[in-house]
Amino acid sequence: MSFTVIIVVLPFLMFLFLGLMDSKLKPAVAGILGTIGLATVAILSYITAYLYFFQVGKVDEVWQPITALNFNWLQVTEKLHIDLGVLLDPISVMMLVVISTVSLMVHIYSLGYMHGEKGFQRYYALLSLFTFSMLGLVVATNIFQMYIFWELVGVSSYSLIGFYYTKPSAVAASKKAFIVTRFADMFFLIGILVLSYYTGTFSFAELCNPTGPVLGTAIGDTFLGWSVVSWAMMLIFMGGAGKSAMLPFHIWLPDAMEGPTPVSALIHAATMVVAGVFLVARFFPVYYFGAPEVLTIISYIGAVTALFAAVIACTQTDIKRVLAFSTISQIAFMITALGVSNYGGEHGLGYMASMFHLFTHAFFKALLFLGAGAVIHAVHSNEMKDMGGLRKFLPITNITFLIACLSIAGIPPFSGFFSKDEIMVAAFEKDKIIFGILYFTAGLTAFYMFRLYYRIFWGESNKNYHHKPHEAGLNMTLPLIFLALLTCVTGFIPFGKFVSNNGEPFETSINWLVASLSVGVGVVGIIIATVMYLKKNTKPDTMEAALKPLYKASYNKFWFDEAWLFATKQIVFARISKPIAWFDRHIVDGFMNALSSSTNWVSRKIKVVQSGEIQDYALIFFVGALAIAALVIFL
Amino acid sequence: MTTNIPLEAYLVISTLMFFTGVYGFLARRNMLTILMSLELMLNAADINFAAFNRYLYPGQQDGMFFTLFAIGIAAAETAVAIAIIINIYRNLTNISVDEVNKMKF
Amino acid sequence: MAEQIIFYVLAILIVVFSILSVTSRRILRAATYLLFVLIGTAGLYLMLGYQFLAAVQIAVYAGGIMVLYIFSILLTSHAGDKVEKVSWKRQLPAIGAATVGLAFCAHIIYYNIKRVADLDLFNAPTMQQIGTNLMGTSKNQYVLPFEAISILLLACIIGAIMIARKR
Repeated sequence: MSFTVIIVVLPFLMFLFLGLMDSKLKPAVAGILGTIGLATVAILSYITAYLYFFQVGKVDEVWQPITALNFNWLQVTEKLHIDLGVLLDPISVMMLVVISTVSLMVHIYSLGYMHGEKGFQRYYALLSLFTFSMLGLVVATNIFQMYIFWELVGVSSYSLIGFYYTKPSAVAASKKAFIVTRFADMFFLIGILVLSYYTGTFSFAELCNPTGPVLGTAIGDTFLGWSVVSWAMMLIFMGGAGKSAMLPFHIWLPDAMEGPTPVSALIHAATMVVAGVFLVARFFPVYYFGAPEVLTIISYIGAVTALFAAVIACTQTDIKRVLAFSTISQIAFMITALGVSNYGGEHGLGYMASMFHLFTHAFFKALLFLGAGAVIHAVHSNEMKDMGGLRKFLPITNITFLIACLSIAGIPPFSGFFSKDEIMVAAFEKDKIIFGILYFTAGLTAFYMFRLYYRIFWGESNKNYHHKPHEAGLNMTLPLIFLALLTCVTGFIPFGKFVSNNGEPFETSINWLVASLSVGVGVVGIIIATVMYLKKNTKPDTMEAALKPLYKASYNKFWFDEAWLFATKQIVFARISKPIAWFDRHIVDGFMNALSSSTNWVSRKIKVVQSGEIQDYALIFFVGALAIAALVIFL
Repeated sequence: MTTNIPLEAYLVISTLMFFTGVYGFLARRNMLTILMSLELMLNAADINFAAFNRYLYPGQQDGMFFTLFAIGIAAAETAVAIAIIINIYRNLTNISVDEVNKMKF
Repeated sequence: MAEQIIFYVLAILIVVFSILSVTSRRILRAATYLLFVLIGTAGLYLMLGYQFLAAVQIAVYAGGIMVLYIFSILLTSHAGDKVEKVSWKRQLPAIGAATVGLAFCAHIIYYNIKRVADLDLFNAPTMQQIGTNLMGTSKNQYVLPFEAISILLLACIIGAIMIARKR
């Protein structure tokens, strides 16, 4: 299976080639090359998945992790070494399929969406770089390799969000994304260092072995009441929370919508933001056996974030912002599912549900973003008030968007129902409070998604469109149709047979109570949205007036951005950075300047010796001769 | 020839003459007077050579020849120095050492 | 007895005139005092028994070099001019250096002369001896420095002409 390294390396080569050749290639050529490269990667991923899931993966009815490639890159101490390699196990193979499929769709879509943009070749190079980084992240054999690719993903995201670098808001958004995730990654790194210090290894194979020696011995040391493994895993989770936009690190994701819409589809819906979920899933045995209290904290953070983001999404008017908050909410669902999971076979339902939701969410969220992109492309605006009644003009977009909205609302037979239902079941069995929060959030999800759908595609059509909005070309609609097909079909995959946290496959059956409850709340949400938004009426305004303070808080995203800005500007910059900068400028630089100026002063005093007067020279000569004579005679 | 004059007497004379020359070299302003002090110093060394040769190595004449050559070289050196001074006088109309201090910092 | 008197006269002459030479304020007088010092030195050589050396001293130094000095003094300044008084700032390091050196040498002389040298009876070198030694090639014979000094003299002649010729 060592051909799988091509899957990771090929996009990197594409990045180098497209990046170095930049404007020497015609835009169309660059686009086709990038797409072909990625199509190859996608085909290889499918082959890998087929080989793994249907041929070599299962040994004794248990899915085994296969290390396709592992070489020792850096030997830090005798015990500790950083490897680079490719690890294939159920979740990484699943992620390979997801990433390559969505990336391929985005590549094809961008041929149409980004047509005529300046920097087209650079765009495709950066897309390949991102795909390489994400693929490397999911197949990492050890935590340090994952960290390397984690940072690479951050850099690619930064470059792509700030793609329109002449726009100040885009530049600010890319900086914000990078800095917030980098700040979270500081905790991640500290967590890695703590963990590896106490366990002496970076490798997942050794760390995640629940009966292995590593986990057992490390738990013994404690610090302030928690074991060091708990501290390490909490810190690692904070890093994951930054990347996955959990509270309070979520502030970068809405602003990241400044990037081109296909980028939002790829990075901020389907792949990069699930890196945090993938991280927790990868470390699940360590979390479950070594840090169970951290798991509880994770589940609560996830639940609160899901509710919080859903509330904000109800009042936003920029369609991409609605989708961004929806993404935050859905990822919080996945994190919560991991938090409420148990270990082993069918007890690991939360784990399986989380991965299943990741799988289905990638497809329908990408579909939603690409559909939004088609709408923006037709109307040349992001705001809901510039849209309305578009179902007449954009039929394909209309149908596919509707399918995705039904899926996310949890209506059978679409895929969202199956995955979200499993999450609800897992939460119901573990903790009723979390179940309640998730339940209410699911209703809100249905509500705001259909609010979005109706505002774009129904209602009266806007009188003053610049030109008649038209459906996009084939290269934009084909990905939409393909993703919609996937959304319809993937719900029926028996995911439990393939993915579970200890490798034992298991059957899932429908818990009719929870299923009907969740479908019911979804339908209720849709009905409320239909009543309020199908035809233009005053109900939204009355509702807004009735809940005025809540509406204001939700519209302003609960003022989280302002709070962070206050903390950084007033506290960190003014109280901490300023004195340090003063110290550096005046004392460190001052010392160096003093050295140089004192050297100058000494030299000015010494150079008087070279006075040009013959008799001064003679005097010095004479004194020197006398000294040497005295030295010779008296010593 | 005579027996009563000790060697140190000659050495004292030459020492005094030498350090008078040193003082003159360091204190005078006219270039020619500096050269004259230089002559004093050379002569003091010559007296030293001759005295040591006569008192310590009377059979040999090395000291006398040294002195001979020193006198010859002093003459040659004086000639060149005065040529330079004449040249300076042509350019500056002044042969004070304070004027020729351009090779400085 | 007589030698001691002559020696003391010569000694006083040399020391006094050398001090006068370096402190005199008129250049021509300084040159004249120097001339007297040189003649006194020739006298010392005679007392030591080196007649040839004394003759050379008078001929070259007193007769050649001093004449050269007097020429150049007359060429470069008004003979009767008074040179300015030397400032104290300048005299001080000079006096200091001279005094320190004097003390140093006096100390060495005082502590190292172990014997009162007796003048052995000796024959003053005859002209024939001087000539043979000057031109001879064996040990203690000075043909090589002789040739070398001739080249030096040539170089000095050419150099002096080159420097001082009229442009």
